[in-house]
Amino acid sequence: MDKKRVVVVGGGIAGIQASLDLADRGYKVHVVEKSPSIGGHMAQLDKTFPTNDCSMCILSPKMISCADHENIILHTYSELDGVDGAFPVFKVRIREKARFIDTSRCTACGDCITKCPVKVPSEFEEGLSNRKAIYIPFPQAVPRKVTIDKDHCRMMTQEKCGVCKKVCQAGAIDYDQEDTIVDIEASTIIVANGFDLMDASSMSQYGLGVCKDVITSLQLERILSASGPTNGHLQRPSDGKEPRNLGFVQCVGSRDSNTHGYCSSVCCMYATKESILAREHAPDVDIAIFYMDMRATGKGFQEFVSRARDTYGVRYVRSRPASIQAANGDSGVLMRYETRGLAGEAKVEEFDLLVLCPALIPSKDNGPLSEMLHVDLDGDGFFRTPNLAHPVDTTGRGVLVCGFASGPIDIPDSVSQASAAAARAAELIEGGGRP
Amino acid sequence: MIKIGVFICHCGHNIASAVDVEKVVEFAKTLPGVAYAGHNLYSCSQEGLSSIKKSIEENELNRVVVAACTPRTHEPLFRRACEQAGINKYLFEFVNIREHCSWIHTKEPEAATEKAKKLVAMGVAKAALLEPQEEGESKVIPRAVVIGAGIAGLAAAASLLEQGIETHLVEKDDRVGGLLKDIAIIGPEGTDSQKLIGTLIGDIENSPKAHVHLNSRVKELKGFIGNFEVVIADGVEESKVEAGAIIVATGARELRPDGEYGLGECAQVVTQLELEKMLSKSELTAKSIVMINCAGSRQPGREYCSRICCNASLKNAMRILDLSPDAAVTIIHRDIMSCGTAAEALYRNASERGVRFVRYSLEQRPQVKTGTGGVSVEVFDETLDEKIDLDADMVVLATPLVSPDDSVETSKLLKVPRDKYGFFLEAHVKLRPVEFSTDGVFVCGSARWPVNARECIWQGQAAAAKASIPISEGKVRIEAITAEVNTEKCAACGNCVTACPFEAIEITDCDGVRAAKVNEAQCKGCGTCVAACHNDAIQQKGFSSRQLGAMIDALVRATTEGAQ
Repeated sequence: MDKKRVVVVGGGIAGIQASLDLADRGYKVHVVEKSPSIGGHMAQLDKTFPTNDCSMCILSPKMISCADHENIILHTYSELDGVDGAFPVFKVRIREKARFIDTSRCTACGDCITKCPVKVPSEFEEGLSNRKAIYIPFPQAVPRKVTIDKDHCRMMTQEKCGVCKKVCQAGAIDYDQEDTIVDIEASTIIVANGFDLMDASSMSQYGLGVCKDVITSLQLERILSASGPTNGHLQRPSDGKEPRNLGFVQCVGSRDSNTHGYCSSVCCMYATKESILAREHAPDVDIAIFYMDMRATGKGFQEFVSRARDTYGVRYVRSRPASIQAANGDSGVLMRYETRGLAGEAKVEEFDLLVLCPALIPSKDNGPLSEMLHVDLDGDGFFRTPNLAHPVDTTGRGVLVCGFASGPIDIPDSVSQASAAAARAAELIEGGGRP
Repeated sequence: MIKIGVFICHCGHNIASAVDVEKVVEFAKTLPGVAYAGHNLYSCSQEGLSSIKKSIEENELNRVVVAACTPRTHEPLFRRACEQAGINKYLFEFVNIREHCSWIHTKEPEAATEKAKKLVAMGVAKAALLEPQEEGESKVIPRAVVIGAGIAGLAAAASLLEQGIETHLVEKDDRVGGLLKDIAIIGPEGTDSQKLIGTLIGDIENSPKAHVHLNSRVKELKGFIGNFEVVIADGVEESKVEAGAIIVATGARELRPDGEYGLGECAQVVTQLELEKMLSKSELTAKSIVMINCAGSRQPGREYCSRICCNASLKNAMRILDLSPDAAVTIIHRDIMSCGTAAEALYRNASERGVRFVRYSLEQRPQVKTGTGGVSVEVFDETLDEKIDLDADMVVLATPLVSPDDSVETSKLLKVPRDKYGFFLEAHVKLRPVEFSTDGVFVCGSARWPVNARECIWQGQAAAAKASIPISEGKVRIEAITAEVNTEKCAACGNCVTACPFEAIEITDCDGVRAAKVNEAQCKGCGTCVAACHNDAIQQKGFSSRQLGAMIDALVRATTEGAQ
């Protein structure tokens, strides 16, 4: 058993950073990522606060470094199938789901994608545009290999079509491919499986899924992206027109004891960022952010909010909107809210486009994953880290956690926490780990 | 024969929406030495990189120019691709047509295309004159120095030691623990801080590889990653330690804005840290307490939010209620910054326990009025929309953490930058939070930005992870783009020695001639010495006068030809 072997669950920015630090330290790292590419949510972001650095531009070199690193083995489109044993020898079973592609032959030429007749809403584009049933999730995907979505492929569901196989000159399509099981032994396991976005349509007062011009903040992120579905043009879904005004609703489902009591930690800042970007893309748009507390606690954050307010004219309104409903016709929304103070009054304001900032919630995989790893989740469903002296230790020895899996956290904190997880793994491997 | 390949990147729409990429490709094909020119949707994607490698092989290219984004993030990627295709990576030239062109000329596509052509012409001209370079290697001393033994420094040292790395921990005070020394309980989980400090220093002192220097300061620091020479002075004597990596954990201090809100004038007005001391000694007698948040922060001149003060107020409000349940606690605040799960739960619990929250605005700051017997706070309550008076036995100011007074000195000593508030400036605010741009020097804890104990500890561990990488590898590669002295031209005047910010040059005997000599391991390739030399005796590899001259010629040529 090679004790210098670590499994990292999740290939977002936290998993990537932990893997690179461990690999540079000389350890073998197996990254288990459930989607076809590493990159996580950071890959979907247009820019990052508070510097407005292009997200993909700073992430993609790290993704490529992971793929190129001699000490990193990427298991994408994969999941943990079982974990036995305990520190320092975990027996880990990884299920590499069938892509129905011989990846050693696939050159990612894209001929199959062009010819595939089935359109499916793109997960990467948050449903704002379509991908095909055979697809590469986004241009900078790592690894750059196609995947067949078996739930939508006509060959898989109806046994007719087969176009991709006909056009593939590399002979890479294999409809009969089965999942591959990989068994490895590792001394430590790092959980870095990130977050899910709460489905805000479950809160009917916000109108998501009912009013066409109510979207989520992650959808706006894609709309603002130059490589997104509208090529970076600020457009509302109902009629493709540039909105005259735009409202943000903070704390949708978070800081709310009926749904998620905690603060998601990043929404105040990304709404501020998206406001600035929206104004840059459409200089005439009026923007209002409806919030409870403006939480700008990081380096340069207050200045960023001041810039949005003073230079970009963003209106910050302290109020929790009561309801959102369709305006007359198919486009726009009417939002009902109350202004603050005893002298406050109920108001109705019309918006051309309304953006919800939904709670960022624990990954739906946390339940089964925590059972498999025999570790506890906290009351909110994140991995519990009770020992302050070892902030990345879960309740199971040798099982570490970093990034949003441990609770709401932004990118720099995820990155430093990922490095901390790498340090703690090295402590466990080299010294046995101080209790 | 020089065979240059030119690859123009669309960067999705980032470049292609302003620059006509295909026109630039056609133009590049006309430039001298260019054997191939093409374009990619994303040159940095795996597909883009493999197409560059394929083209190098098929066209037998021996120079590569990529016109895309910034070398800051992407140069290593393209250099590696060149290496993988068998070309020395210093035969690669990066042209930035995104930050320097498409992004700033989004509304003038024709001009942007013309500018991109000129930039590419300059890159190609330089590429023709590039020479292969070899990187050196330097050993790494397997030892680390951690400066500051607050909670972040302790965590960093304990982690390094557990990883088997010899560590010197330097603390200016006579005890370890930093700001936590005066704090009994760390919120929101309620951890006993003295026990935590005890555990960490216990782990450190139990290690045979630990050297703890109390009452000590770093007096001198020389060298470079892998080979630092640190002079540690304890007031009596000085010791010299050689180390491969340095971690800065010099922390922050609580602001004491004497004169504001009656602080220093009225005994009943204290800071949050002074309240902590009273609480840890069970000396609190006040029954009616008003806390004022953002006292000295989020205001002109000190605009930042100090991140930890709201949670300190919440934690101490709860502690006061634990100790005397009949106490009345009011927190006057502007926004409650209880991010995350535990802090937000603490905020909710405090409300449920009867802590009163009053919101004020920057425009109408609370006034502390002192009189006989007690103090009162007048504040405009934003929720009630009216002015209220709160009587109190004690007023507690939640003041921000500020950078310590000696941070200027530390910054000069270590040659690391500070931001406008005096906190240390990391290499990249998003993706390199615990690194300095100086290799081998790392930062953690409130020296970088105010953070709570939990964040300090994981940042300490993170800095330890970064420091352990060169130390465990045992060697580092030395940048090949360094300055080179022509000893025949050198007058040994010493201008370059004075100009060099990295102390990398000395005047010495060079094969019988007195001349400047560059220590390549220490040279960062900044080029300052080249500009300072009166005799044209120093050239920087990869940026020689000849190469830069060729770029200017190419620009002039492209401009005059474009005008015709």
